[in-house]
Amino acid sequence: MIIIRNLVKTFGAVRAVDDVSLDVPKGSVTVILGPSGSGKSTVLRCINHLEEPTNGEIIVDGLRMTKDSKSINAIRAEVGMVFQQFNLFPHMTALQNIMLAQRVVRKRSQAEVRDIALQQLARVGIPEKADSFPNQLSGGQQQRVAIARALAMHPKIMLFDEPTSALDPEMIKEVLDVMLELVASGMTMVCVTHEMGFARNAASDIVFMDHGKIIERSAPAEFFASPREERSRAFLRQILH
Amino acid sequence: MNRPSQPSVAPALSQRLANAPWWLLVLILIGLFAVFQILTNERSTTIFNAISRGVIVTVRTTLIAYVVALVIGLAVGLARTSSNKLIYNVASFYVEVVRGIPMLVLLLYIAFVAVPLAMDGLNRLGVVLGSAWLSALTPRNFPNEWRVVVGLGVAYGAFESENFRAGIQSIERGQFEAARALGMSYFQTMRFVVLPQVIRRILPTLGNDFISMLKDSSLVSVLGVEDITQITKLYASSTFLFFQAYSILAFIYLTMTVLLSRLVRWMELRLARGRR
Ligand SMILES: Nc1ncnc2c1ncn2[C@@H]1O[C@H](COP(=O)(O)OP(=O)(O)O)[C@@H](O)[C@H]1O
Ligand SMILES: [Mg+2]
Repeated sequence: MIIIRNLVKTFGAVRAVDDVSLDVPKGSVTVILGPSGSGKSTVLRCINHLEEPTNGEIIVDGLRMTKDSKSINAIRAEVGMVFQQFNLFPHMTALQNIMLAQRVVRKRSQAEVRDIALQQLARVGIPEKADSFPNQLSGGQQQRVAIARALAMHPKIMLFDEPTSALDPEMIKEVLDVMLELVASGMTMVCVTHEMGFARNAASDIVFMDHGKIIERSAPAEFFASPREERSRAFLRQILH
Repeated sequence: MNRPSQPSVAPALSQRLANAPWWLLVLILIGLFAVFQILTNERSTTIFNAISRGVIVTVRTTLIAYVVALVIGLAVGLARTSSNKLIYNVASFYVEVVRGIPMLVLLLYIAFVAVPLAMDGLNRLGVVLGSAWLSALTPRNFPNEWRVVVGLGVAYGAFESENFRAGIQSIERGQFEAARALGMSYFQTMRFVVLPQVIRRILPTLGNDFISMLKDSSLVSVLGVEDITQITKLYASSTFLFFQAYSILAFIYLTMTVLLSRLVRWMELRLARGRR
């Protein structure tokens, strides 16, 4: 579903991503772990071209990423993204947030757009919040609206960049539950997260990054039981405290 | 505690008196006096009627020029946030040049230099295209009121573009990214996500700029456009009624600006209350 070949992304002198190659098969759940600043977000953001790769090749659903903005927008519509800071549009209600891109990007009819929006809102468990504005919602509810907004586009792939890191502890579960439901539905997902429980239970692959490179890639059972690399072990020791 | 309540009320009252908006009271009294004069004094009535003919011109030029300024401001504001260096530099050139020239000089320049030059250009274009209509155009075809609109619009366009630029840059990066990640184009992102938020933020400034523009529109009298200032100048110098004429002129501007600034204030409060 996603093929990344020799991806390099530099910011000035910083090599944020340094020669990363990765395959994400259809229906798989890849969880990217790694210390802060190791380039996890940058890899995700290159997949939907929020960052323009310095070098390398990214193929999403058979389509090679080019610099042409039309093809970039077309691919972005197939790739949903959920951010740490939710990034809901504050001047729109939850429902309007979910309806906007369907209407202007997917060009669906108003009635269809509304139906799908209501469906997705029910799917993430807050149908009663349709007419609430983001600032009237808790963090967990906002993040669920953000997930519904991405899902309403009927994407083939979902990217999550630390979706629970900005949440109060009591709200983390409600967001993880939605993500687990997505996993169960067979969605192809790439998640950056520090939720080890989620990684252990939901991932088909764990990718461990450090200093812009993939250090280790294994199945979760193997990764958590006996990480191959010293840096992975150090990371796990730190985070599992 | 056991003090009599009288002294504690007295300072409160004097405090309130000291804090009352006396300036407003004085303003209202002067206004009432002016209205009284205009209604009862025959000469004042005549002057008022003569001058107020120009209100239409003043309001019309201000309104149209304001729309021009908003359109220029939006386009240039977007250009100033562009990552395209050429677009950015062209826009910045315009803003810096216009902001560095006094409004009066700019108006004169546009009316007497830029418009004739543009006409000349159109004439040449007409010859090339073989269009008799284009080549027959003369500066006379471009009435002074239009030049004023262009002048004020170009001048204020620079200020408005700075409002839009600052407004756009005040929107969090995440808003652009969320919209782009959903597949929206640059223009869709601006149109549906960014600008609605920008406009909420800068609406009070836009309102205040309209008031400034209404005042600056008095400068157009130097181009002979018959706004209220020009009419007053002509009237005063032919009748020597300087005091009455200019007092009534000031009164008319003041009435318009005070009313408008109340309106802006009201809008600001409403926005603050509805802030989501
Ligand atoms: N827009 C940017 N400009 C400059 N440096 C950046 C930018 N984005 C990320 N970086 C740098 O790239 C490196 C990797 O960042 P990131 O991908 O955000 O790491 P992670 O998500 O693993 O914490 C860091 O050193 C970070 O400072
Ligand atoms: Mg990150």
